[in-house]
Amino acid sequence: MGAQKKGASRASEDPEELARVPLQAILLADSFTTKFRPITLERPKVLLPLVNAPMISYTLAWLESAGVEEVFVFCCAHSKQVITYLDNSEWFSQPNFTVTTIESHDSISAGDALRLIYERNVIHGDFVLVSGDTVSNMSLTQVLQEHKERRKKDSNAVMTVVIKRSKPSPITRQSRLGTDELFMAVDPNTKQLLYYEDKADHAKGSIYLDKLLLADKSSISLHNDKQDCYIDICSPEVLSLFTDNFDYQHLRRHFLKGLLLDDIMGYKIFTHEIHSTYAARIDNFRSYDTISKDIIQRWTYPLVPDVKFFGDSSTKLERRGMYRASDIGQSRSAQIGPFTVIGNGTKIGDNTKISNSVIGEGCSIGPNVSIEGSYIWDNVTIEDGCKLRHAIVCDGVIMKSGAVLESGVVLSFKVVIGQQFIVPSYSKVSLLQQPIKQDSDEELEYADNSTGIAEISPPIHAPDISNGEIANQQQETRCWPTSELGIGGAGYVWSVCEGGHDEEWRHSVAPIPAEKLAEVIQAAEDDLEVDPDGSSLPPSGELKLDSDSDEEYRDGSYFENEVEATFLRAVDENIKVENVVLEVNSLRLSFNKQTVHCAGAILYSMMKLALETPHNSAVELVQATTKVITKWKGLLKYYLSDIDEEIEVIMKFEDMCLESAKEFSPVFDKILYQLYDQEVIQEEAILRWDDEKRHADESDRIFVRQAETFIQWLREASEEEDEEE
Amino acid sequence: MPDVHTLVNDFIIKLKKRKIEGSQATAKQTAELLRSVISSQRVPYTNQAGALIDAVKAVGEQLIAANPVELAVGNIVRRVLHIIREEDLSLTTAAMAGLNLSTVSDDEDDVDRDNYPVLSAAVVAAAARSTLRPPSLQTLLEDMPDAAAIPHTSSSGGDSEGKSKSADKSSRSRKLKHDVIEAVNELIQDIGTCHEQIAEQAVEHIHHNEVILTLGSSKTVLEFLFAAKEKKRSFRVFVAEGAPRYQGHLLAKELVARGLQTTLITDSAIFAMISRVNMVIVGAHAVMANGGVIAPVGLNMVALAAQRHAVPFVVLAGSHKLCPLYPHNPEVLLNELRSPSELLDFGEFSDCMDFRSGTGSPLLHVVNPTFDFVPPKLVSLFITDTGGHNPSYMYRLIADYYSADDLVVQRRPATGS
Repeated sequence: MGAQKKGASRASEDPEELARVPLQAILLADSFTTKFRPITLERPKVLLPLVNAPMISYTLAWLESAGVEEVFVFCCAHSKQVITYLDNSEWFSQPNFTVTTIESHDSISAGDALRLIYERNVIHGDFVLVSGDTVSNMSLTQVLQEHKERRKKDSNAVMTVVIKRSKPSPITRQSRLGTDELFMAVDPNTKQLLYYEDKADHAKGSIYLDKLLLADKSSISLHNDKQDCYIDICSPEVLSLFTDNFDYQHLRRHFLKGLLLDDIMGYKIFTHEIHSTYAARIDNFRSYDTISKDIIQRWTYPLVPDVKFFGDSSTKLERRGMYRASDIGQSRSAQIGPFTVIGNGTKIGDNTKISNSVIGEGCSIGPNVSIEGSYIWDNVTIEDGCKLRHAIVCDGVIMKSGAVLESGVVLSFKVVIGQQFIVPSYSKVSLLQQPIKQDSDEELEYADNSTGIAEISPPIHAPDISNGEIANQQQETRCWPTSELGIGGAGYVWSVCEGGHDEEWRHSVAPIPAEKLAEVIQAAEDDLEVDPDGSSLPPSGELKLDSDSDEEYRDGSYFENEVEATFLRAVDENIKVENVVLEVNSLRLSFNKQTVHCAGAILYSMMKLALETPHNSAVELVQATTKVITKWKGLLKYYLSDIDEEIEVIMKFEDMCLESAKEFSPVFDKILYQLYDQEVIQEEAILRWDDEKRHADESDRIFVRQAETFIQWLREASEEEDEEE
Repeated sequence: MPDVHTLVNDFIIKLKKRKIEGSQATAKQTAELLRSVISSQRVPYTNQAGALIDAVKAVGEQLIAANPVELAVGNIVRRVLHIIREEDLSLTTAAMAGLNLSTVSDDEDDVDRDNYPVLSAAVVAAAARSTLRPPSLQTLLEDMPDAAAIPHTSSSGGDSEGKSKSADKSSRSRKLKHDVIEAVNELIQDIGTCHEQIAEQAVEHIHHNEVILTLGSSKTVLEFLFAAKEKKRSFRVFVAEGAPRYQGHLLAKELVARGLQTTLITDSAIFAMISRVNMVIVGAHAVMANGGVIAPVGLNMVALAAQRHAVPFVVLAGSHKLCPLYPHNPEVLLNELRSPSELLDFGEFSDCMDFRSGTGSPLLHVVNPTFDFVPPKLVSLFITDTGGHNPSYMYRLIADYYSADDLVVQRRPATGS
């Protein structure tokens, strides 16, 4: 329906484009990360069940309902499994919805994938780019239309990124999706994305914006309360851009930032904010947990378990958010708590307690088991007396009686936990050994090489998660014998190195431990304390260019240094005065300075330049200074529009002579004369400066006295003029 | 056959995805789909009705399972089944005389086709039941054209019966299919025109200078009110906005566009306003067999307020909304919980949807039900396309529209799976 509507409106909008291109989408069925290890060693991430349905089916169902007509599923890791799933699913037989798989074995990143798709030459128009782990129910109509309208005006608008509002608190961010804080700068009028930083330096709590941004935008909105949904509307140029820039790997880290930094091509990226609809991406175990719960809470309606958007199992929603399949064997004494999903054919024994969990199909759960906040996939056997808290248990796992999973445990496929064995928290257990080297399991998961990306990317983000993972893998592994999982246990406990352990709590399904939360809160408060007046960056809104807080103390000298650097560069490269003016202007805006400050800073730079020219005597210094002034007076004059500013400059020069450039103090009056002579400073300014200084302390009047004769001369000259008139 | 199959699948997917909104549209599309199912169904020489019924039931099961909340689907499936039975019955009774003459040949038939006696027994039973059934007003009225039609069919049927049995059977099967399709067409037409038929009665119910209250938006109510306005009644309408979807806003806009004096109020102001109201007129999602109403959320509140102030509570419902099931039937899924985002902005409340608390579930739950159940005692009057009825009379209407054998169409998949 949506597609037809869109088609109609589009046809009416631009009759030249009558031959309507079907709306296409590229679905990357590979996340090119290793966050779901060890599970992803055996099954691709997109086929992992999310509330008893593979993740990719959520994405496909959404694309289908949003009016996408043609989907290219890019499979890489475990491509056979993905293709087999799609073959057996109903997605190939949908009307008006074609799914085509593109298989690759050597792609190691999203960039490679898109380059491959470009070579295939299958994308003919604007397309939706998502990964197979996206859950959304947003309507694409509006964003597509916006995108198209922008494209019509400006063919450089190649991409529209969908964003969503979320609370700016770092705690919420951590506890919901386990993602880092995202900063972005957006032009509030055009919604153009100007800056994107998802790996903000937490230690400093500060970000650096390119000053040029501020120079040519009338206003700019800085956000730290937005969430990237990883849903992009792209123009076909995006694919060719990837091909042109063959080093682009990561969609955000390379492509997005690359386009934002590279202003030569002038490609623009825009944002579209969604409000009431849902969109999120499963990036790690924590977001897996959160999104599962959002689905159970029905935020993703109609993609909820009791609406059969795919599959045939009939699930019914009962009171307090309990979803039960039609055919389950539940003991009378079993207590199934709220917000729980029980899959088809599952049997639950006496006195078993289940709450806030998802139980897959065909599981058999014995008596006296307690399951809390866990995700149990299909055909799992849990014998009597087991305890599970916040764990992920994959298909075919057997937990012998009395086994306990502490929070954050991940049991991969077919692991067996022995009797009475207690699996410590955050352990990851798999039948496969932990890869010792990062590329040792290349055959198993092509995505593995994505670790290489993290290495390519500049090591500015030291506490980076992926780096942590690498460290995790590079660490000498201790292969735990199977007996380490208790009697009759099977599987290797993947070791967690010290560096990685810090990250474990961030991305685990378990709730963040209280002390870690406290740390995060503390860190957030520390950030605030950096600002002496307690004003932190407002969550969003127009960037106010008031130089309050910590900016102030270093601003003055920092600004001068910047101007000086600019000036010196201009001198070196012989840049025209007008261009220097532009650069200085942008600096002025970014530091929120007055023109008078610029004038001061330029004077300072000029004097420094003069000072640095080799000279033996004061006379030579004056000569050098005169030269500099002659050459660059235009620049200085630009910033001296009225008398007050000129007075300020004189005072500035005075200060310099006293402090930073004492060499000038003997020749102050000569240089002042030069400035007057070159018409940089008018006589009135000098006279008023003299007037102001008249009542100052003797110490302050050193230079006034030095220049006394000059001033005297000026006064006489002006009187003569008056007389003449 | 294959194209019907894809049609069915297409429709099922639409139902599953909740892409069809509104019971009228659903009912109409269901009926159209069933018509094409019937027309493409190859009918055997014997037991034509049985074959048709099986085909419709098979499709119907899938349709009902696809969206159990939309009761109109099940209603239409049952209506079509009822139509098949009725048509079959009228043909059988017409041919009864001929059958009686050739009982011997019928027995021969038993040898090669053993389901035939089952049919004839069922037919006889059905015929017996229909004669035993006390005539309702509806059937009495409807019998008139039927009776006129019967002699015509019997004469033609009798002629062919005498000449060649196989020829008769094929003609009868064609006749049956033809009749059924005709009747389904009529049903589709009825669904299409139910608004007008209901609206025709508006003048009888809305009087001069009355104040009418309604909640949310309903096409039927809009047409009803407009019809009264057309007939030069002047009255005022209070529209409660119908949170959280606020369809009342749309209704108010429509009403004003058509020149009706409209006042928009919040749902919470209903009790305050009800004393000034002369009549509450609302639409329904479905009308159950006991006269209870499944209606947009908030209507029970309106009904209670109306009862408190003795204001008549009138429900408009096209006959496709009449559901032969009782609300206590286990198959009836009374409600659907929609996305909480209709109530809250997710971004705004994402910190409340936080799972960091020890139990792993957020402290804030948002529940957004779509429907309310209004018990029959709170409803003063139903206005359907056949006229005004008491809630207690609903079961009779249902007996007219549905045959008792079809009520279980849903139970079969439930026990089967």
